[in-house]
Amino acid sequence: MLDNLTQRLSGVIKNLRGQARLTESNIQDALREVRMALLEADVALPVVKEFTAQVKQAALGQEVIGNLNPGQALIGVVHRELTKLMGEANAAINLATVPPAVILMAGLQGAGKTTTSGKLAKLLREQQKKKVLLVSCDVYRPAAIEQLRTLAQQLEIDFFASDISQKPVDIALAAHDYARRHYHDVLIVDTAGRLAVDEAMMAEIKQLHAALKPIETLFVVDAMTGQDAVNTAKAFGDALPLTGVILTKLDGDARGGAALSVRHITGKPIKFVGVSEKMTGLEAFHPERMASRVLGMGDVLSLIEEAHREVDMAEAEKLAKKVKKGEGFDLNDFKMQIVQMRKMGGVSALMDKLPAQLSQAAAGSKVDDKSINRIEGIINSMTPQERAKPEVIKASRKRRIAAGAGVQVMHVNQLLNQFEQTQKMMKMFSKGGMAKMMRGMKGMLPGMGR
Amino acid sequence: MFSFLKKPFSGNTEKSPTGSTEESPAENAADQSTPEKRSWIGRLKSGLARTGNQLTDLFSRGGKIDDELYEELETILITADVGMDATRFLLAELRHQVKEHRLTESGQLKEALAQCLYKLLQPLARPLDIGPHQPFVIMLAGVNGAGKTTSIGKLAKYLQGQGKSVLLAAGDTFRAAAREQLMEWGARNNVTVIAQQGGDPAAVIYDAVQAAQARRIDVVLADTAGRLTTQAHLMEEIKKVKRVIAKAMPETPASPAAPHEVLLVLDANTGQNALSQVKAFDEALGVTGLILTKLDGTAKGGVIAAIAKAHPIPVRFIGVGEGLDDLRPFEAEDFVTALLGLDSD
Repeated sequence: MLDNLTQRLSGVIKNLRGQARLTESNIQDALREVRMALLEADVALPVVKEFTAQVKQAALGQEVIGNLNPGQALIGVVHRELTKLMGEANAAINLATVPPAVILMAGLQGAGKTTTSGKLAKLLREQQKKKVLLVSCDVYRPAAIEQLRTLAQQLEIDFFASDISQKPVDIALAAHDYARRHYHDVLIVDTAGRLAVDEAMMAEIKQLHAALKPIETLFVVDAMTGQDAVNTAKAFGDALPLTGVILTKLDGDARGGAALSVRHITGKPIKFVGVSEKMTGLEAFHPERMASRVLGMGDVLSLIEEAHREVDMAEAEKLAKKVKKGEGFDLNDFKMQIVQMRKMGGVSALMDKLPAQLSQAAAGSKVDDKSINRIEGIINSMTPQERAKPEVIKASRKRRIAAGAGVQVMHVNQLLNQFEQTQKMMKMFSKGGMAKMMRGMKGMLPGMGR
Repeated sequence: MFSFLKKPFSGNTEKSPTGSTEESPAENAADQSTPEKRSWIGRLKSGLARTGNQLTDLFSRGGKIDDELYEELETILITADVGMDATRFLLAELRHQVKEHRLTESGQLKEALAQCLYKLLQPLARPLDIGPHQPFVIMLAGVNGAGKTTSIGKLAKYLQGQGKSVLLAAGDTFRAAAREQLMEWGARNNVTVIAQQGGDPAAVIYDAVQAAQARRIDVVLADTAGRLTTQAHLMEEIKKVKRVIAKAMPETPASPAAPHEVLLVLDANTGQNALSQVKAFDEALGVTGLILTKLDGTAKGGVIAAIAKAHPIPVRFIGVGEGLDDLRPFEAEDFVTALLGLDSD
């Protein structure tokens, strides 16, 4: 839906070809596009204004080097400035204090505090070998305490039981005392979601902060937040001495401009990002990747990480061995690859992560989710014997398979041809002919499309 | 001059159409309303106050209509999450109005903008109509943390207030303690909750629909787990949930298949991603209505205007507070009144 900045700029900058420098006059329109792109990515307006001014400053007089065009040069500047604004390197969590080190979680309703508390506890235990205690001070939302208790149980992390009849501060202090006596390294305090305009609730969390003196006070914010992120961040930042930010739900398709707004307003580093519903889905924050994402420049690094996460490594290795040995690559393996691709969200999700030029090229190859589904349907209509030895499939089998998959015989033929090519390629691969394989690949892409 | 204002702001028959800014018809509408309604507008307004104040400042400053004024207007609409597309559309409409009615004073712009916004939002103001089918099955969907379960609690209260019997289905079998959360809402409203330990969401809701049929319950509210639209397998799962609900209550000559209403719950804090949520969920489920939650903070919910422009779906309810009574039907005139701070006090 959102055009990415690269595409948008290329339109404006076409008439700039051949100019050696970025000047005030030739980047005027381009900066407007930058502004627009940032606004559409939900970066808050005051932040956008300040940022475009910075970009202008940095871009003026910049020489257009080598075979870059002025648009690319400008994007380079924007990307660099954006990365700078998000904080140069990722900031680690600070636990250097007399144990227990208290981490206080704060944020709006539905930002993901409770889930993040669980994820953070797991991460600290596994990566830093800490003994963690979880406690919930949310006596307002129904079953909020129960939610954290369940999470703690799943993760096998110690949980300090609390009750909705207690006062949050009392709960927190009791938990702190318990953690001290039981030699916990870290105490993570989950709190109720609250609106920044709710004075009573803001007073409550200030009180909690004063009582606990946490070493980390983390502001949890939803990556999908819109323009209001500045107001919320400012209010929380004013009320509490925040030490960092956790950006949640980054696995959605939001551009995450809120990251920029919150970072700019609070001046505090983004320490973690939530990237999955699974309890392992909390990661260190990488400013340069976030910059790319906000600009819509594709996120190849995340794609690679996702591949690592979702693809069944054991299966992949088995296949690799099979290919290496030169054993037959059969239709079962072919199907396996399709299944793994689907786990990563299908072809269209993969394309979204690619940079603009690449995804355009890929779109031209007519591979789409529909044709992939059809291939899977056809393979599902084959008997195990046919899958293992596709050469037995002759006319009458083809008719049966086509009827079973609800396609034309022609489509079955196409699949078999395609499979044969892939098989040939695999054979070349096993003989080590990389160059040959690249040539072979050309024939493979044109999918099952008409 | 502003004949349009007659229709949107009801109860204004005696007012001359050429009312000046002070005699804003909206103010009249509020005056004539019951105190309860007035406090309702007041609450909504306090939530949207920031935008309202900015606009009031801008308009009451007086002076001529110039490019600078338009640019400031653009700024304000954007900071309310209206989005680039809808903002451009509204400003183009506004310019058109200014030309047609030969407006010259910045003060007149407010009414003209109210008209443009109203025209954009009015088509979305279609209240939830509980049909004659028994049970009337309502399915709720949305991203994580939008406020689905809380909305169900409030909806149950609202529907009970309308004399309907309600049954809740704990279809969120994924998130820790989501079931307990819904049971708590059930207990508060004295409503039966159909839940299973673990299990398949489709199966839980199927059971709930059948239970409702057996007990002659009027409305079934089916909760589902929050899901981001990028998670293909979860989007497939929710499609399946809908198909299974249809099996529990298939189409008959008298009524269409269940669910009779698919509500998408949106967080008013959400920015332009709300649009892609609406598109993705609509594609998967055929969304029939929206609930906009958390309008009581500083979030302005201007994203409704963006939705109205790009992918219009009726807004059934808006949530303006944490109380059980704080979920109300969406009314375009209240919303515009509140957003633009028309009701001057």
